[in-house]
Amino acid sequence: MEPVTKLVEGFMYPNEVELQWSILIVLYPYITGLVAGAFILASLERVFRVEAVKPTYRLALLTALAFLLVAPLPLQLHLGHPERSFEMFLTPHRSSAMAMFGFVYLWYLAAVLVMEIWLDFRKDIVLLSRTAPSAMRWIYKLLTLGSQNISERSLQIDDRVGYIVTVVGIPSAFLLHGYVGFIFGSVKANPWWSTPLMPIVFLFSAISSGISVVLLIYMAATRLRRQALDMRCLDTMGSYLFYLFVIDFTLEMVDLTHRIYEAGESFQSLDFMVHSRLYFSHIVVQIVLGTLVPLALLGSAQLWRMSEARRKSVYALSGLLIMTGIFAMRWNVVIGGQLFSKSFLGYTTYKLEFATREGLLAAILLMILPFIILWALVKLLPPWTTLAHEAAGGRDGGNT
Amino acid sequence: MKEAVHLVRLAALFAAGFVAFLVIRQMVVPAGFGKYGHFRAGALDDIRARPISYAGHGTCEACHDDQHNVLAKGKHAQVSCEACHGPQNRHAEEPDKVKPVLPDTRVLCASCHESNSAKPKKFPQVVASDHSGGEPCKSCHVPHNPKLSTEKGQ
Ligand code: HEC
Ligand code: HEC
Ligand code: HEC
Ligand code: HEC
Repeated sequence: MEPVTKLVEGFMYPNEVELQWSILIVLYPYITGLVAGAFILASLERVFRVEAVKPTYRLALLTALAFLLVAPLPLQLHLGHPERSFEMFLTPHRSSAMAMFGFVYLWYLAAVLVMEIWLDFRKDIVLLSRTAPSAMRWIYKLLTLGSQNISERSLQIDDRVGYIVTVVGIPSAFLLHGYVGFIFGSVKANPWWSTPLMPIVFLFSAISSGISVVLLIYMAATRLRRQALDMRCLDTMGSYLFYLFVIDFTLEMVDLTHRIYEAGESFQSLDFMVHSRLYFSHIVVQIVLGTLVPLALLGSAQLWRMSEARRKSVYALSGLLIMTGIFAMRWNVVIGGQLFSKSFLGYTTYKLEFATREGLLAAILLMILPFIILWALVKLLPPWTTLAHEAAGGRDGGNT
Repeated sequence: MKEAVHLVRLAALFAAGFVAFLVIRQMVVPAGFGKYGHFRAGALDDIRARPISYAGHGTCEACHDDQHNVLAKGKHAQVSCEACHGPQNRHAEEPDKVKPVLPDTRVLCASCHESNSAKPKKFPQVVASDHSGGEPCKSCHVPHNPKLSTEKGQ
């Protein structure tokens, strides 16, 4: 019991001393955010037919899938009885936000993402099922569902269905991540979380982080493949990133202004926290390094002419900073929301462990896992062979 | 339709998945789930079938009216016998066979009276180590009526 007194400052209720939600619960909104962001980037290309970002379209879809598969894992690791989590599908309780979220997740995974990827890659799958080495051929055969039909007409149908899936997919992606924000925003007992703006702030930061991750993966993958980067694509993504991030930043500032002006009973306590325990992660990492610096960098890339090499480094650096900043934002929400007492008179400390089930090591492994899955997915369904896509892509949405 | 065969198959796959889900659900969700609420109806019988641990204050009184009378006069009147003596149903049913172990007052009394800032101010609290210095509480207080006899005269 001795160390408890070292963790706590001021008045803390006994159940508040130890944090219930660890770094894994920080990862969970972070990873779902990357999914939603990557998907929305892909949808942009599809629905609004932004030709410039096409080179990243399929990559973004696969990235979304890789991260989506990992998204529930931090929650599973956090649970004492992970196997029981499946009961929420069998006997869902309608008043439980988390149980309903399970269905949103399933819907998004099966009906949106897998379906869209399958439709988009179907031609490649069929072709690969004819040419791939024999062991792999069986996998592709299975994926074709026994239909070798890649006639003009069938691809056209695929394209139209894919378009519908995307259009349905956009609100689904918003729902997926809005829900994560909702789970925090609806905790009315916690003034740090409880704001209706939470889902929206989460969403825009999700989109920014998703675009960043696809941008970085695209740059890294192109370098690994020793190909030339498509600068038009990068520039377009850079400008999206800039505008979306401006919105994201504005929303956060609106929220902040609102809190400062309202100065509710919790304000002093939260203010104190931001100036003490959260100073580094909130002010330094989230606001300065994670927001102002990339905004300045991306903004200057919009305003002034820069050489290609310089633009590349600007984008890469901003992408990294934004991803770090948004991780810090999730951290400040999840961990920050548990550091102060409901009495507003005391503060506790989060002790990040290392090699425990909910420790730093688990978090690092969970962050590496999506990249391994992505690697396997890219091997299975190479997103680079855009030839097949272009044949059908020109007609995107032409039927609507 | 011929051109959309693969889509039909995909739809069939989804349908099969959905049916499989329903079948599995039928198999694993325990019978009677949801009959009275969001739980398994049979759980009520299971719980009912478990052995009773606590006999209740009234049962003790039937045989121990001495202690009851003492208790009823003091400040512990509202404290149930088994809050201090632990679950004693087996003793109440077979008093000759099962004899309760008398509680150690140093541990027992402190579990309620050890001072803690989270407790209401008007609840009597002491810092046990300062207050009794390790002596059992019963050497000064009578557990069933803890007011000190010395105070009675005053
Ligand atoms: C059917 C009558 C009966 C009931 C009901 C009963 N007791 Fe007893 N109890 C006895 C008898 C008889 C003894 C004396 C046994 C002995 O000394 O061997 C006793 C002894 C005790 C003792 C003293 C043990 C000791 O070491 O001196 C305690 C404490 C006690 N009972 C608590 C309780 C509590 C608490 C309840 C209520 C849950 C309860 N009893 C219900 C009959 C009963
Ligand atoms: C505040 C706690 C407390 C409550 C309430 C309490 N007891 Fe006791 N009781 C004790 C303690 C402590 C002893 C042991 C005293 C000792 O070691 O000499 C004891 C002893 C006894 C004994 C042994 C004989 C004796 O009087 O010392 C019996 C019998 C008994 N209690 C029965 C009861 C019954 C019946 C009730 C409910 C009507 C009851 N107690 C309520 C704490 C309590
Ligand atoms: C289950 C909790 C509980 C246990 C165990 C318990 N008490 Fe109490 N005690 C109470 C309650 C309740 C009161 C009444 C408080 C009130 O009236 O506000 C009380 C009151 C008292 C008082 C104040 C009496 C007065 O006249 O003001 C003393 C002294 C006391 N207990 C001593 C003891 C001792 C000694 C023991 C151990 C034998 C003990 N208590 C065990 C709950 C407990
Ligand atoms: C050496 C004798 C002695 C022992 C042993 C003793 N007490 Fe007391 N206790 C007293 C006296 C005398 C009072 C009344 C004077 C006072 O209020 O300070 C008292 C008062 C109390 C009160 C009432 C305090 C209040 O604020 O109303 C509580 C509660 C209490 N004792 C609990 C305990 C507990 C628990 C133990 C065992 C850990 C214990 N006592 C052991 C002598 C003792």
